[in-house]
Amino acid sequence: MGLYATTTRRRIAAVFVLLGLIALPWGMRLIGQEFYVSFASRVLIMALAATSLNLVIGFGGMVSFGHAAFFGAGAYCVAVLAESGVTSAWLAWPAATGVAAVLAVLVGAISLRTRGVYFIMITLAFAQMVFYLVVSLKTWGGDDGLPLLQRSAFGSLDLKDDSTFYFVVLAILAFVLFMLDRIAHSRFGRVIQSIRENEVRMEALGYPVFSFKLVCFSLGGALAGLAGALMANQAGLASPNLLHWMQSGILMVMIVIGGVGSVFGGVVGAVLLLVCEEAFVEITPHWQIGLGLLLLAVVLWAPLGIAGLFGWGRNRE
Amino acid sequence: MTQLILEQALNGLQFGLMLFLLAAGLTLVFGIMDMINLAHGSLYMVGAYLAAEVTQASGSFITGVGVAMLGTAVLAVVLEVVLLRRLYARNHLAQVLATFALILIANECVRIVWGAQTLMLNAPDALSGPVRIGGFLYPSYRLLIIGVGALIAGLLYVLVARTRIGMWVRAGASNREMTEALGINVRLLFTAVFAFGAALCALAGAMLGPLLAVQVGMGESILILAFVVIVIGGIGSIRGALVGSLLVGLVDTLGRAMLPAMLRALFSPEVASSLGPALASVLIYVLMAAILFWRPEGLFPARA
Amino acid sequence: MSEGLDLLLDVRGVSKHFGGVYALNNASLSVVRGEVHALIGPNGAGKTTLIHVLSGALPCNGGRVVFDGNDLERRPMHERVTLGLARSYQITNIFTRLTVLDNVAMAVQSRVRDWGSSFSFWKPFSLDSAIIGEAHALLAQVSLSGMANRLAGQLSHGEQRSLEVALALATKPKLLLLDEPMAGMGPEESERMVGLIEHLAQQVTILLVEHDMDAVFRLADRISVLVGGTVIASGSPEAIRGDAEVRRAYLGDEVA
Repeated sequence: MGLYATTTRRRIAAVFVLLGLIALPWGMRLIGQEFYVSFASRVLIMALAATSLNLVIGFGGMVSFGHAAFFGAGAYCVAVLAESGVTSAWLAWPAATGVAAVLAVLVGAISLRTRGVYFIMITLAFAQMVFYLVVSLKTWGGDDGLPLLQRSAFGSLDLKDDSTFYFVVLAILAFVLFMLDRIAHSRFGRVIQSIRENEVRMEALGYPVFSFKLVCFSLGGALAGLAGALMANQAGLASPNLLHWMQSGILMVMIVIGGVGSVFGGVVGAVLLLVCEEAFVEITPHWQIGLGLLLLAVVLWAPLGIAGLFGWGRNRE
Repeated sequence: MTQLILEQALNGLQFGLMLFLLAAGLTLVFGIMDMINLAHGSLYMVGAYLAAEVTQASGSFITGVGVAMLGTAVLAVVLEVVLLRRLYARNHLAQVLATFALILIANECVRIVWGAQTLMLNAPDALSGPVRIGGFLYPSYRLLIIGVGALIAGLLYVLVARTRIGMWVRAGASNREMTEALGINVRLLFTAVFAFGAALCALAGAMLGPLLAVQVGMGESILILAFVVIVIGGIGSIRGALVGSLLVGLVDTLGRAMLPAMLRALFSPEVASSLGPALASVLIYVLMAAILFWRPEGLFPARA
Repeated sequence: MSEGLDLLLDVRGVSKHFGGVYALNNASLSVVRGEVHALIGPNGAGKTTLIHVLSGALPCNGGRVVFDGNDLERRPMHERVTLGLARSYQITNIFTRLTVLDNVAMAVQSRVRDWGSSFSFWKPFSLDSAIIGEAHALLAQVSLSGMANRLAGQLSHGEQRSLEVALALATKPKLLLLDEPMAGMGPEESERMVGLIEHLAQQVTILLVEHDMDAVFRLADRISVLVGGTVIASGSPEAIRGDAEVRRAYLGDEVA
């Protein structure tokens, strides 16, 4: 236990997983299932979104129920920019990240004044606000969402090619995970995890707790915006579904299944959930019952996963 | 214009009172057991489906409502004993996720039993016509809803403020250990409160059924409104839930009716027609954020 | 009585009420730089409330608090710590799921003036050897060196009380507010804590809230007596021991 520490074994495992993911497009081509490369991109993007939420909930201890707002904001930002002619990924993606970050600063600055249940509910309320605002704006496609006619232009790389897009997403995810691992071990990371453990004591030690939480919250929001930008590219659409509160719920489910407060928790959860979904939807249209039962089982019998606010993913030495 | 405002105000009152039926149960469960129950909306949905089914089979709306309330309460007791009881001591994240799982399961089960299409629930024929109030006509069924809502709100107030059970409930909400120390069977009290809340949910579902569509997912949209209500009112406070419900009901209904017209006076028609609905739909969330900004614990904090 | 002295803390007529109940009623108190000032009084006299008000955990309803030339009004808790006002808690308040070393390192790291801000995202903390070194030194000072890698939650009560003091000390305060450091301790542990405070008194000014009268009369340079939210007397231990009003209101036969 204690503060988060990546063990060497976990790092080695991560390198092997990364190598496997790099080889994936060739493997799929070999067995003639290239469709799954696009699916894999979607999984990795969701993994990025879940990871960003894990920074907020798992490391910062702030149970946010409105993360979809930042995810969707990133997606809409890319689509709106594309409509007005800005198609360069070098402009659009940072812009999406920035817009989500600014939104997160605003939402966080108000929400973080509240505690516990009130915090959960006010973040949800802000996300609903964004959802209804966007849906009711006809110029942004309303219920249908805003189509992104072509993927962003990324230098000389052609993102229209599914494999190329996949590699770009993989590179971004790998970099963000590396960055989070650094953050978790930095002074900031230690402070934010200690705030999760005992907020009052941190204040009494002279830390401006509010500022630390706000920075953590906004960083999570910014990364969710980046994930949203990628998602709009993957799907060719900025959909209101990305902003829906169920999306916030699903992201939470992912990190809880994967491990709250573990750098790789979001990835593990996203992969597990989406692969299971893909597999079970073929078998039964009522897969949601299965998901519900799975989730109940995790909550009831694998509290290590949940209370990860307390244990899983950190060293137990 | 005044007539329109009056009519919309009545609609807002009617919607607010129904919201109160949901919010009352939610805020008690929340306040007493410190438990976030997202599945509260699912109970509302189940209530509406039961009411539609039984009303159709028996031909009597009253029977439908009665069976729906009873059936939903029984379901709630089962849920509480089998599952929710294990969650009281857990953190909020665990509660959110477990009850989120219940939403997924409930929606899918309803889809299996009743199918994906919208169900019809008709108001009793006797109440299908309008009545004349002052200078305008108002649907009599909506008037009935207002009556029932006001009656329940009054009864609840008497129950919580004046009776021994109500005293236990209030004591439980402000200090659980103390309540237990007084020898009150807290477990039984919790189950009873939960079942009671579920019955109120079902009543709201059944009453609103003829006005709104009875369909999968109906629980979630109203659940979020109910949460807004109890957060505005202060968690655990019945009085707060009532004030919050009426506030949300009125602001939402009046906002949707008036804002577009008001904006047309200020902006060009195109801007107004796109901005109006957008602003109206977020009005209550703005209200909630504003209230929490000034009073982070809601208007009537239960643990003062 | 303290005119001309170097006042570190000046509490002037502070009041705090909860609803209609006054926990502090026009309480005044001054702490001179370098002294150990004990605050005594019966249960419910408002001692912990005063500590809460001084540290910024509770806002007061009236009066002024001047610390080292700064008016503390409206300053949040963390700013007061930065000014040099640190506190310990009556009910142990540590990071139970962190190691003992991490507990103290977190407290050392808080000193922006020495290490710069903690908004540092990239450099691994393990390279901050100066912070870790100082944390070890502090643990040695409170005799917890052997426990550095244990989880704080696994320490004995007495050890946790020492860690509590170490956390406050690590912020290098000018004034240390110790809220019943010996609460719940056996005689041996208490003796060790008295020794520790005697040792600390050479480096830092201390405002000590304590029930153990033997300890108070051994440690304190001056004593203030809080009864019913008001300071009824301040002075040297001898003066307090001899003060008729204090004896009547509080000390009773215990010290007589």
